[in-house]
Amino acid sequence: MAIKSKIMTVISVAALCCTAGIACATPKIQHWQSESGAKVLFVEDHNIPMLDVSVNFAAGSSFDAVDKAGVASLTRRLMALGVTGMSEDDIASGMADIGAVLGGDFGQDMAGVSVRTLSQAEVRDQALDIMARVLQTPVFPEDVLAREKTRTIAALKDAETKPGPISNRAFRKAIYGDHPYGLMSEVDSVEKITVADIQDFYRTHYNSGKAVVAIMGDVSRQLAEQIAENLTAKLPASDAMHSLPEVAMQIASSEQRIKHPATQSHILVGAPGMSRTDADYTVLYVGNYILGGGGFVSRLMEEVREQRGLAYSVYSYFMPLKQPGLFQIGLQTKKEQADEALLLVRKTLSDFIEHGPTEKELQAAKDNIIGGFPLRINSNRKIIGYLGVIGYYDLPLTYLDDFTDKVEKVTVEQIQDAFSRRINPEAMATVIVGAPEEATQ
Amino acid sequence: MRFILFYIALFLGCAFNAANAEVFERTLSNGLKVIVKEDHRAPVVVQQIWYKAGAMDESTGTTGIAHVLEHMMFKGTEDVPAGEFSKRIAAAGGRENAFTSSDYTAYFQQLHKSKLPLAMELEADRMRNLNLTAEEFAKEVNVVKEERRMRTDDNPQSLMYETMMATVYQQHPYQHPVIGWMNDLEALTVADAKIWYDKWYEPNNATLVIGGDVDAEEVFALAKKYYGPIKSRVQEVTRREYTEPSQLGIKRLVVKAPAELPQIFMAYRAPTMQDPEKDWKPYALEILAGVLDGNASARLNKHLVREQQIVSSAGAGYDSTSRGPSLFLFDATPSEGKNVEEVEAALRQEIALLVNEGVNEKELKRIKAQVTAGEVYKLDSLFYQAMQVGQMESMGYGHRALPLMLEKLQAVTAEQVQQVAKEFLKDDNLTVAVLDPQPLSGKPKPQRKGMSHGH
Repeated sequence: MAIKSKIMTVISVAALCCTAGIACATPKIQHWQSESGAKVLFVEDHNIPMLDVSVNFAAGSSFDAVDKAGVASLTRRLMALGVTGMSEDDIASGMADIGAVLGGDFGQDMAGVSVRTLSQAEVRDQALDIMARVLQTPVFPEDVLAREKTRTIAALKDAETKPGPISNRAFRKAIYGDHPYGLMSEVDSVEKITVADIQDFYRTHYNSGKAVVAIMGDVSRQLAEQIAENLTAKLPASDAMHSLPEVAMQIASSEQRIKHPATQSHILVGAPGMSRTDADYTVLYVGNYILGGGGFVSRLMEEVREQRGLAYSVYSYFMPLKQPGLFQIGLQTKKEQADEALLLVRKTLSDFIEHGPTEKELQAAKDNIIGGFPLRINSNRKIIGYLGVIGYYDLPLTYLDDFTDKVEKVTVEQIQDAFSRRINPEAMATVIVGAPEEATQ
Repeated sequence: MRFILFYIALFLGCAFNAANAEVFERTLSNGLKVIVKEDHRAPVVVQQIWYKAGAMDESTGTTGIAHVLEHMMFKGTEDVPAGEFSKRIAAAGGRENAFTSSDYTAYFQQLHKSKLPLAMELEADRMRNLNLTAEEFAKEVNVVKEERRMRTDDNPQSLMYETMMATVYQQHPYQHPVIGWMNDLEALTVADAKIWYDKWYEPNNATLVIGGDVDAEEVFALAKKYYGPIKSRVQEVTRREYTEPSQLGIKRLVVKAPAELPQIFMAYRAPTMQDPEKDWKPYALEILAGVLDGNASARLNKHLVREQQIVSSAGAGYDSTSRGPSLFLFDATPSEGKNVEEVEAALRQEIALLVNEGVNEKELKRIKAQVTAGEVYKLDSLFYQAMQVGQMESMGYGHRALPLMLEKLQAVTAEQVQQVAKEFLKDDNLTVAVLDPQPLSGKPKPQRKGMSHGH
């Protein structure tokens, strides 16, 4: 285990962002490395007598082996279902008795454990003690694994009958092919998973040197240091390095039409998008707000819903990950008009790429994103979410402070340039589940 | 945007409010009640306007009109063209939305505190000056039909719930889905929307809730300025109240839809809170729902998912507060190889255990601890706090009942929990709904052992 000198760096940021006439204090993020090697981000706030803590690792689904897809997700789930000296019921009731909530994220990149608890000492200590055991002494009981595999398989089979999940899976495969971002639990792969697989995954992915601890709420700095140490000091040691292959940014154009009895077609169109640390991140984010991210005022919403009433929901987004995540446009519309809606989506996208947004649209986007900035950081829950992301993706601690300035600087030309470099309308994947019958395979 | 809230509570009902210290209230001369919840953590404000009119106020033949009108509220007024409302809120950095339930319709914006006057001006404008045109209506009703297809028609669980509600209630309007029957959506006209708007969108049928980094007195002055000039056209908005006839025995129904797994709902008719001061049964039922499904160690998960492994998931829920009748609802999905009959028997066994042996003090204490903690966690969401106030007002309890309800929940005894289980979880109150999964066409469904609904 890498033991670093205690408290290597202490960086505190208290800044004001004064843009568009709106001043708002961003949270003061403290940062250090704990003795265990874990990276810690902390915001001290005593407004509410509660505490949120999360610990994240590079242990998401993209770290699965191809023939054992599902190990990452089951590992994370089983960590909370039995630890040294506590059964799954002891863990659940131990948390419930004090009104604490055990949770955690799981995605393509990250897996983590989180807790929300009252900050009153004895309650907090009990919640954090259980959390520490979940992180550091999971036992992965054989019978619990068998049961959870059965439940997972049942859910996978059920998902195979539902148009939304069918389209999402087909779409991810079409975009990523054999890249680990395309890995998803399958009935066959889950069936093969053993306790040894889980233990091995845990040992090589849940390591202190790779942990990102985020702490938000009603504790002192001194206590926060102790908490971070207690949650990570006994994590398994491993020198294993895990890195992702690069995503192939150019994909072949494809269109899958999948039969389904639903009344609506589920349509997805997209390509590999951008990474969290992409040089074009802000430009693409602002551009996408105009294209399909800005709720009611986006171009896709205007064309598809407001002008023609073709869908209830239509959107586009970039999923920013370690490697480029999905750029996805989606909508549902009744079968008979699916082809009309798809043409309209394609036309809206290619117009946007060809001509870019107007100055007026860009100004409206900036007004919303900058003016709405305080809504991004107005709760402990939102702030700890940012701490986790800043820590995991190595974003600058000034990420929140810099955000509005970066948005302010985006130009129409940059948006058009970035979209035309990234998104080639001739090389996108399209999936239509519940496709119009005459054209169905 | 513009979504529907179903009157379903599959988890521990509504958590109740503790700290109401900074809540201020005033009623304008036109009857609009204004409630302000100060919260100075961040320089933001939320505005919510709640109309006491929801799907339960609709009539047969025009179901869905409350929700369609909610969509039409974004389609412009004499002064603000269609689409402009959203554009102006967006330009102010705001987020907005609206929702319709069986009991109420509400609209909200969240923005920087300096933008509250803009939000009030726009919201007040569309309370009175909505421009309803046949052209916009025709487009928007198509959007709503797509919404119905997405939420209900293509969603087996929603279909099952919709069919169950239509079976549970014979007379009460809760038998109709909030989004409306498709055939009614086909038949609705802009004239129906106009009738609805003119009847219900009155200041004395609404509650304005403002939360955030504001000063209550300043908010009252702003409210008077923007909403004050709107005259109420009637002394009091009148409405028909329904009393559902007694249930005379168990009801059963089956819904066939494309799915892999069967599912079962068991819905028991249960009382609704009438008097938060004097009632005790609704509180005991809330705790009962918590004992069954309030946390990961609650009975249904512990006994049925983990120990017996007869279900892959199971839940229970009860909502004590509503304008109409309530249900105590169980839902479960059988494990592979188990059928819904076995699951129903297992759920009944859990009920028998409650009726015969009651709950223990430890379980009771656990649920109460969760309620207490939930009250603190709630302070992290300004929006949710405002939402609770709006709900309580719209359902007729008043937001001042919130701290009282919290006290009452803490006072529930184990005997009371056992007593309500005995009184309400019995067959004469019960409707059982079963999802019979159908194979996707062209893909034969493999036979599975133990399936009672083989194909």
